[in-house]
Amino acid sequence: MDSRKKILDQIKANKPQPLPSPAEERFDARYADLAETFGEMVNTAGGVAVLTSTWSDIKSHLFATFGQLTNRATTIPFLADWADFSLNVSDPHELEMINVAVIEADFGVAENGAVWVSEKHLTHRVLPFIAQYLAVVIPKHALVDTMHDAYERVNIQDTGWGCFIAGPSKTADIEQSLVIGAHGARGLTVFLLDEQPNPAL
Amino acid sequence: MKPTELDHAGASEVFNQDEPYVNWHDETLWFVRQKRDKAAFKLPEWEALRERASQIKSYGLSHMDELLEEFERNAIRNGIQVHWAADAAEHNQIVLELLRKHQITHMVKSKSMLTEECHLNEYLTGNGIEVIDTDLGERIVQLRQEPPSHIVLPAIHLKKKDIGDLFHEHLGTEAGATDPQYLTEAARQHLREKFLTRRAALTGVNFAIAETGGFVVCTNEGNADMGAHLADVHIASMGFEKIIPKAKDLGVFLRLLARSATGQSVTTYSSHFQRPRQDRDSKPQEMHIIIVDNGRSTQLGRADFRNSLKCIRCGACMNTCPVYRRSGGHSYHNAVAGPIGSILAPNLDMRKHADLPFASTLCGSCSNVCPVKIDIHDQLYKWRQVLAKEGHVPASKNMGMKVMTTVLSRPRFYQWSGKVGRAVMRALPATVSNSLNPWYKQREMPQPPTESFREWYLRNRKK
Ligand code: SF4
Repeated sequence: MDSRKKILDQIKANKPQPLPSPAEERFDARYADLAETFGEMVNTAGGVAVLTSTWSDIKSHLFATFGQLTNRATTIPFLADWADFSLNVSDPHELEMINVAVIEADFGVAENGAVWVSEKHLTHRVLPFIAQYLAVVIPKHALVDTMHDAYERVNIQDTGWGCFIAGPSKTADIEQSLVIGAHGARGLTVFLLDEQPNPAL
Repeated sequence: MKPTELDHAGASEVFNQDEPYVNWHDETLWFVRQKRDKAAFKLPEWEALRERASQIKSYGLSHMDELLEEFERNAIRNGIQVHWAADAAEHNQIVLELLRKHQITHMVKSKSMLTEECHLNEYLTGNGIEVIDTDLGERIVQLRQEPPSHIVLPAIHLKKKDIGDLFHEHLGTEAGATDPQYLTEAARQHLREKFLTRRAALTGVNFAIAETGGFVVCTNEGNADMGAHLADVHIASMGFEKIIPKAKDLGVFLRLLARSATGQSVTTYSSHFQRPRQDRDSKPQEMHIIIVDNGRSTQLGRADFRNSLKCIRCGACMNTCPVYRRSGGHSYHNAVAGPIGSILAPNLDMRKHADLPFASTLCGSCSNVCPVKIDIHDQLYKWRQVLAKEGHVPASKNMGMKVMTTVLSRPRFYQWSGKVGRAVMRALPATVSNSLNPWYKQREMPQPPTESFREWYLRNRKK
């Protein structure tokens, strides 16, 4: 039995008359202040947005917020001395111990506070989910208005896996009460890095 | 799964015995509907987005075979293994064979209404495989040995006390504990152990993209990702109608999906799977996708009903439905409940589901909220005609049905019968509010207006 052929034949026989591709129409929602809207939406999604101007600020913030936690991991070289957990492992199950992970993301989406995280910036796909807390750094100028703009910016075929992440893991499956921290990260901090151009360059 | 012998009307009667509970259920879902409205009203382009989504899906239906072949080609190029299943039985067999090939006896599964439709869990359990549902709501109903009552909110019919008792019995939480935070934490610990020890993960598919050969899975909890990224074998099951042509179409659908479902602007995780995972120093993960028909190609051939295949499973039509809200998901005795379930189910088995298209007031609220603009209430009405013609109309509905068909098909008669009806109600309220009138149950008949809308309109239009 060749189900593939059977299914495709039946679809061919039963499908309606071919329609033309829908007309291209742009949805150009534009926000007055991208960073402000983005930050608000990160908060709405249960996360915390932090505007910073230097990597050192980020490091101090991380020490202040997660200083008492052990098993801190990062993929960002500048933060290597803040971390105490090496991501240099081959089996992703070993990441189960991680309390806080700090990673980079390509860009953020103002309309919903999501950041695009992909394999490009990760050692393991499971890292943003398995860590108890997650922090993500994006350049402040790397913001787009809507999801339409997001898909113009990212080519999803460039990476084996990528994810829009909006806020920490959550559920409302018990009487519609919102609880943060279902299976993924219990908290999400998004740093918007407003780096001043380096005068040396 | 607890089989229910009752038809929708019978099951609703049981559901309606506890009035405060029904009111709570009704209000909870209405609250979700209101959140949807708030999110939708914030986007001035909302209606244009719905129209566009509807057009993309219509285009998809009319090019379905080409898009599926394009998807398959690209998925294979990406290293994903593609399987085709003509029906539920074949889908289940494919899953079992994949697990046996890897000698896997324990599997985690994230939300997939398709596997509910195929009764995969029962099948695998019968073949010695343990399946753990990892979505919190689905885990709850799985522990209770009942099916989900809602496609997005599987445990919406339960009070926190029910869940507290359940977790006390199965997860050892404190007796009498009902705090959602505490109960969720217990489930997190319980399921984390499963994620870490299971070598196979099955997920659903929200969107499969022909252009890229990849697919997108949306969750709020992160359970699909926790399962898939830790497993050696990832199996994704999809009904063939999940296909969309292009990656940029995701912009349209992801804007609509969560707003329609829960009022969030997007789900927490919109995970794009493109290629199998490659861990350092080890074999690449195996990624499989099973494309399932199970009656869909038949539905595609029914001109009046094929639009039901555009559904993106947001649940909005259920949250808004006055019948769903006051009868509960289980009364629909089908994997997908509510208005959309009632037009999908008769396609699979007309006799068994003949009652479902009658579980509606045809108020049209479902069609108004549907993000892909499915003409749900028209299809419900059309199913009634088909079922009547095929002789499947439930006896209790048949009489009223015949009268209604006569009445609605003749406008003059309709005007007259309305007038008479109102006069009868004022003079003899008991004739309408008696046990022969199914609408009287659990409800006071409204005060009849002294003039109909039509009379009012004609009078006022002349002014
Ligand atoms: S029919 Fe429309 S409203 Fe109902 S679940 Fe499907 S997409 Fe959502």
